[in-house]
Amino acid sequence: MTQFFQQIINGLSLGSIYALIALGYTMVYGILKLINFAHGEVFMVGAYTGFYAAGALGVAGFEARNQGFPLYLALLVLIIAMAAAALLGMTIEFLAYRPVRSAPRLTPLITAIGVSLFLQNAGMLLFSPNPQRYPAILSEVRFEVFGVIVTNIKLTIFAVALCLMLGLHLFVQKTWTGRAMRALSFNIDAAKLMGIDTNRVIRSTFAIGSGLAAAGGILFGLDQITINPLMGVLTGLKAFVAAVLGGIGSIPGAVVGGLLIGLAEQLTAGYLSPEYRDAITFLILILILLLKPEGLLGIVRVEKV
Amino acid sequence: MRALIRIAITGAVLLAILALQLAVQAAFTEYVQRIVLLAGINVILAVGLNLINGTTGQFSIGHAGFMAVGAYGAAFVGVKLATPVHAALGPGVLADALIFNLALLAGALFAGVSGLIVGMPSLRLRGDYLAVVTLGFGEIIRILFNNATFLGSATGYFGDDPSGLPAYTNFFWVFAWAVAIIAVTHNLTFSQTGRSLTAIREDEIAAEAMATPTTRLKVTAFAISAATAGIAGGLFAHMQAGVRPEDFRFEKSIDMIVMIIVGGLGSISGAILGGIFVAVSLELMRDLQQYRLVLYALLLIVIMIVRPEGVLGTRELHHLFRRKKPAPPSPPSATPTEGA
Repeated sequence: MTQFFQQIINGLSLGSIYALIALGYTMVYGILKLINFAHGEVFMVGAYTGFYAAGALGVAGFEARNQGFPLYLALLVLIIAMAAAALLGMTIEFLAYRPVRSAPRLTPLITAIGVSLFLQNAGMLLFSPNPQRYPAILSEVRFEVFGVIVTNIKLTIFAVALCLMLGLHLFVQKTWTGRAMRALSFNIDAAKLMGIDTNRVIRSTFAIGSGLAAAGGILFGLDQITINPLMGVLTGLKAFVAAVLGGIGSIPGAVVGGLLIGLAEQLTAGYLSPEYRDAITFLILILILLLKPEGLLGIVRVEKV
Repeated sequence: MRALIRIAITGAVLLAILALQLAVQAAFTEYVQRIVLLAGINVILAVGLNLINGTTGQFSIGHAGFMAVGAYGAAFVGVKLATPVHAALGPGVLADALIFNLALLAGALFAGVSGLIVGMPSLRLRGDYLAVVTLGFGEIIRILFNNATFLGSATGYFGDDPSGLPAYTNFFWVFAWAVAIIAVTHNLTFSQTGRSLTAIREDEIAAEAMATPTTRLKVTAFAISAATAGIAGGLFAHMQAGVRPEDFRFEKSIDMIVMIIVGGLGSISGAILGGIFVAVSLELMRDLQQYRLVLYALLLIVIMIVRPEGVLGTRELHHLFRRKKPAPPSPPSATPTEGA
């Protein structure tokens, strides 16, 4: 029973990282009907920006003196990484996706694959292909609750992810831009006719999605201890499956899907075999496509001409 | 009578390939011969992938996975068949040819069946799910081969013999299979079924409204495409004494996508040109290994923005030469399109 709760704790923290990334997939897909393959790489770049920002802010010095990294500096690292990723997301949208936006659907898809591949390999050239140990932005404190080991890192991951998701919910529901995003995902042409600057709204969608992915990247680095330039491939794939599981285009769906995928992965690793932890996501994707392709919280949309 | 003509043509083609083989062996160094073989295998890969990605407009980005299934399947079956066949026929060219081709067919069968398994759930829906599922499949099949002890795990499968898999692959078999696959794909593309596949690419909803069984056709095309990748995998396996999981990384799938996009999505001759282009350019860029994928990625993005139809578009080379009279049978639309 203790082991079960341990896996649940681990699964929830991993799942909230997936949820953060899945939000970016689902928001872009909701508006442009594009699987943004480069999103996993934005997540990777976010993690690396955090890595270098923490280095520049002197995390090594604090570690050497056996002091904890101050909280305000940790927050600064998070903000720098989110801003850098937002900028990257907007640049990708402007340079690669906007020129092919009105092209047939295959064209943007191939462009997205190209961008993803470009960032992976540029990352290997820039950051070196070897895994790097993530700096201790947060020094680990362990405590036991009824035999279950909980660390402050797991709790922080969960809390940060929850705050960001609540923030996103408020943004999408309460602000003008958020309402415009919902309008675009409902019907982009009608939104344009109503005088919405679609380019601006799409740009902010990419910025927000990418920022959330960067936050996910830093949390991932804290959780998994090492990062490497190809970390975005499998994690991005899992987050995408999370978005499909929850119902692609649905923001609450992405959160639910992310948590479920995280739980499924940890439970598989704990009870079956760690080797199958990556395969289970794939199995879930195939099952969901066969049984309920619109996802758990998605709306069934009739295909129209 | 027609059957006789066909047999005569087939015989003539096989003889021509045999003659070419002798010429190539006499004229080129082993190094160049190896590139020629790789180009032939690439052509098979590209023509097969083009059937689903180009003609049908459903995008697979994990075809290296099917190539891996074919490679391991053919290698394994080839090794297991060798003893009984040699016992029955004795050693010799004939026995080797029989073992090799049965092994290739077995590899194609394994790859085709895995194509069915992957394609059935993902192709019921809009095509871009296929991209994600095949990406996942390509990764996971490699993990499976990495952990399959009876197939040599991460070191790879080298058969029961210490010298590795027998080197069955030569110019004749690579190009005989290439010609056969090009002929089959060509006939399929320009048959009624092929028209339906193109209709799915151009407008899936309209095709469905015209009573085209879209899902069945998509899954069939995908399975055929996976099977051809399997044959290419089998040829590849018997060219280098063993199959290793790392031969089928994601990069391999990307190479294949570059092949079909450079030449023109939906064009068989474009795929052939693209396959040769990638084989040659990989050799030329050998010293730039670490920049290769960056360059390929930029190439993909630039082609998509500047000329998404590739060099040839959906046209075939031989259509370009008889352009004077009315347009060729398939009205060349500017780009492969799909349901809105």
